[in-house]
Amino acid sequence: MPTVLVPGVLRGDAGGAARLEIAVGGTLRAVLDEVGARWPRLERRIRDEGGGLRRYVNVYVDGADCRWAGGLDAPVTARAEIQVLPSVAGG
Amino acid sequence: MTVLLAIGTRKGLFLATSDDDRRSWRVGDAQLGGHAIYAVAIDSRRTTPRLLAGVDSSHFGPSVALSDDLGATWQESDIAPLAFPADAGVAVERVWQIAPGGPAEPDVVYAGTQPSALFRSTDGGRTYELVRGLWEHPHRTQWGAGFGGQAIHTILPHPDDPRRVLVAMSTGGVYRTADGGASWAPSNTGVKAYFLPDPWPEFGQCVHKVARDAADPDRYYLQNHHGVYRSSDGGSTWESIADTLPSDFGFAIVAHPRRAGVIWNFPLTADGERHPVDRRCRVFRSTDAGATWSPQASGLPEDPFYPVVLRDAMATDDADPAGVYFGARSGEVFASRDEGETWSTVVAHLPDVLCVRAASL
Repeated sequence: MPTVLVPGVLRGDAGGAARLEIAVGGTLRAVLDEVGARWPRLERRIRDEGGGLRRYVNVYVDGADCRWAGGLDAPVTARAEIQVLPSVAGG
Repeated sequence: MTVLLAIGTRKGLFLATSDDDRRSWRVGDAQLGGHAIYAVAIDSRRTTPRLLAGVDSSHFGPSVALSDDLGATWQESDIAPLAFPADAGVAVERVWQIAPGGPAEPDVVYAGTQPSALFRSTDGGRTYELVRGLWEHPHRTQWGAGFGGQAIHTILPHPDDPRRVLVAMSTGGVYRTADGGASWAPSNTGVKAYFLPDPWPEFGQCVHKVARDAADPDRYYLQNHHGVYRSSDGGSTWESIADTLPSDFGFAIVAHPRRAGVIWNFPLTADGERHPVDRRCRVFRSTDAGATWSPQASGLPEDPFYPVVLRDAMATDDADPAGVYFGARSGEVFASRDEGETWSTVVAHLPDVLCVRAASL
């Protein structure tokens, strides 16, 4: 099943876990919907309430920035690794 | 008596306490992860006051956190504390204001957001619902955004009638409800919008902050984007009280916690020159509801002073005599324990101060 890699700064919103095994796949949207059902605070750090990816959060599916791979419709295989990383931003 | 001073900054919340009638202060470390704290409230309706903070992460979005142990620990609901419903088609960008409701509704807390919307909590501020009556107002599409964004930054629930609430936004102006939020009407008669072709519009003013007179709940004081005003009829009409101020520009305006007609602000030179007037760090106080104003600067920096005091970065406490507090974008926070007669520095070198609130414990 797909695995979500949680950055250190968000692990408190994932029960302390660094890796989350997600029992659904197919698209990134489906994975994040499942994350939202199980860890709602984690999911809303990644997406706003309209479902859009937050501007300064990057999500990589098997190393590819999802924004260039279909966005939330990016395909997610059963063995995919989904990495969530805060982008370089701030001051 | 212990007084708590909550200081929201661009990078974290700082809690200061004084146990010696506000002569000295102990300032804690930054809390809430270095996030920007645009709104903080001390809800003193509880035995132990509840602290509420609008937490703004540039990466991970906005939220509201609360503490029932004076900042020792913070809680955030699992479901989003406040979020637009799906049909709104927008997302909360920032929480600009958190305001406990009146005494008749001890679990009601309001929040004002960017984009301009009012949210209402009935569980003490953990979770909020959109006040649709204001969101669906036909004027909403014409509300604009100032440089700071488009936001509701002032929420004043009426102390005696929970159906009555006054809000203010930039830009848009003042709106009021008298039916618990079902319907809203603009309330800007007499408030100038010099930047519009019609400078006296029904709405569209860039109101910076409104304060309510503690002794007369139908009297309000308003710091506008140029212009300082008073309303003595619940906000229906406004008249200028800027004649004896050195400038009518500024962001903050606050009222005494008990005495009628006593207010403070921090004048800046002009829209195009946002520095303290004459580069002097001075608060101005009126004790006659704005008819006359006098500077108060004893104990404040005497060197040329350039930083701005933002709209929520000035507050009074509930002690006697009243304490007055303000913070600057330079990270300094000043306090007066004698209603502005003398001042001392609480702390310096913080990040930009966005908001302050104070209350006795």
